[in-house]
Amino acid sequence: MDLYAEILASTIRMSVPLVLAALAGLWSERSGIVDIGLEGKMLAAAFIAASASAVYGSAWIGLFFAILVSVGLALVHGYASINQRGNQVVSGVAINMLAAGLAVVLGNTWFKEGGRTPSLPPEGRFLPLDIPGVAALADVPVLGFLAKVFLSHSIITYVAIILVVLTAWSLSRTRFGLRLRAVGENPHAVDTAGISVAGLRYRAVIIAGVLCGLAGAFISTSLSSSFVRDMTAGSGFMALAALIFANWRPWRALFACLLFGFLQASGNYLQGVSLGGVQIPVQFINMLPYVLTVVLLAGFIGKSIPPRASGIPYTKDR
Amino acid sequence: MSQRGELPQWVDLGLIPLLNLAVALIVAGLVVVIIGENPFEAMWIMLDGAVGSLKGWGYLLYYATNFVFTGLAVAVAFHAGLFNIGGEGQAYMAGVGATAVGLGLEFLPWPIVIPLAILASMAVGAFWAWIPGILQAKRGSHIVITTIMFNFIAASLVGYLINYWFRPVGKMAVESREITGAYIMSFREVARDFFGVRVASSPLNFSVFLAIIAAVAVWYLLWRTRLGYEIRAFGANSSAAVYAGIKPDRIIVITMAISGALAGLMAVNEILGVQHRLVLGFVGGAGFVGIAVALMGRSHPVGIVLAAMLFGLLYQGGSELSFAKPGINRDMIVVIQGLVILFMGALEYAFRPALAALFFKAED
Repeated sequence: MDLYAEILASTIRMSVPLVLAALAGLWSERSGIVDIGLEGKMLAAAFIAASASAVYGSAWIGLFFAILVSVGLALVHGYASINQRGNQVVSGVAINMLAAGLAVVLGNTWFKEGGRTPSLPPEGRFLPLDIPGVAALADVPVLGFLAKVFLSHSIITYVAIILVVLTAWSLSRTRFGLRLRAVGENPHAVDTAGISVAGLRYRAVIIAGVLCGLAGAFISTSLSSSFVRDMTAGSGFMALAALIFANWRPWRALFACLLFGFLQASGNYLQGVSLGGVQIPVQFINMLPYVLTVVLLAGFIGKSIPPRASGIPYTKDR
Repeated sequence: MSQRGELPQWVDLGLIPLLNLAVALIVAGLVVVIIGENPFEAMWIMLDGAVGSLKGWGYLLYYATNFVFTGLAVAVAFHAGLFNIGGEGQAYMAGVGATAVGLGLEFLPWPIVIPLAILASMAVGAFWAWIPGILQAKRGSHIVITTIMFNFIAASLVGYLINYWFRPVGKMAVESREITGAYIMSFREVARDFFGVRVASSPLNFSVFLAIIAAVAVWYLLWRTRLGYEIRAFGANSSAAVYAGIKPDRIIVITMAISGALAGLMAVNEILGVQHRLVLGFVGGAGFVGIAVALMGRSHPVGIVLAAMLFGLLYQGGSELSFAKPGINRDMIVVIQGLVILFMGALEYAFRPALAALFFKAED
């Protein structure tokens, strides 16, 4: 029973950065800006969060700088994609490389540990919340199990869930959300209505930056206690996969991320699952999210409909 | 006299790329300043380490060989308007093909095995790009996303294959048995065994000629054959190409397969030429360097060879630099790569309006 609770709790933990990054991608792509650079923004944020937290001794200061840097990279992407009408995929690839390189180069200069950051003290991390009364539940049959699964997380986890709700609500129920979706489907119509296409897209890109900053800070200061090179290990791309899997919808994205998080968690815990006596190597569990996404993209399960204008630079005079 | 709004060709093809490269390098220099080192000294160490000795040149050309293959792979796809980010995975999978032939047919003489191993690399690389191609053509899945996913699938799959199939029983290191018969000799070995000359050690081997052949072949394909014309026409204007009777599905699938085969050749240099065994993660980012090389080389084989050599210089000079100056990490190369992709790719036209204004002012 304990193992199951541990795996489910771990599923939620592994899903948090995926959920945040998938939401980031969702905001960006619903506004028409393809974002391959989720991975890079997360990595930069993870590095800065761990560095700032190590220097100032506060996870919150780490989070602040993480968001700042991630938004900075998002603005570079925005400038390239919106003002310069550059290739958005190329810009994303560039940001991923910049982040991967700079994190190690700067980390090596600042901390002299070959790109690692120092191990963080407890106050420098987002640790599981100490919710009063939960400890008493530990031995109660069902409640203890549930408490272990759902109440053993850091504050960012709960913030992530609130952000899913907020994203879903604001996209579908607010004027800003409606306009943002419109700009990702038909920017000309939005422009004709006298609303700034660039302005809306910049806002979306900045939101994506904030969300990636949260995701990165979570990885280095909550899941782990320091930054090591390439520590996001493709979660930005897995989030992108989850986003596609969810057909660019917030609630579905949450469930896709939970599914992928579960695959990651079970891969970590079981190091290979036995199905009917046959050992399944852990590599197959690791690749499953990507295989599922490819199968979905190919239209074998459901139909994938991306925002119509995503990836296409907007030119006013045509 | 050029028309208003149009710049002379040497500006568009020569000045603007050089300007973008210069800006990328200046920003990289600023990063070096930020970490408290002297950028000019760093540049000198890099240059000296890469072109100041025969060994440096050997490494430079060895790296460049890899980058020519992956750069050509990206460029061929670019010409058809496709963005193949999957070079990394295609090369990784191709290594399996090269190793399987190299180990499985080792009872045959090497003049038979090596060509077969090269073909196997190309075939497996092509296959790994063909799937995203056919998914794009027939099912409309976006090639950028599928090739990214295929990189990750390849990473897991090859890891599995090495662990469960190629690793000799009882061996700890995650790698295959050594290919002893049919590997491609390095120049150092040739000089030692056949001429009794000692040359500086470097992994440079005969694959470098394969890279030159590949570059010429790509040029011939794109500008001298019917298929190449169709690829370029499709890339320039897909709907006009369809009107001209070009079948889009066919072009997408064939172009991707060619692109994958080129990326697969990278495994020939690395596995048959250098490692002589299948090792975990042997591609080491060369697939992504290919994107920078293709952008910088303007997707033209000549440009790609030059850009690949520049990146070879950066890689070799970068490792010398990190020895000489421990304060500058080897990952500085990745930063430069990112900056090159940013300024030569995404911000390609950032300086064009200013330059154009300057030009027309001069003309008036």
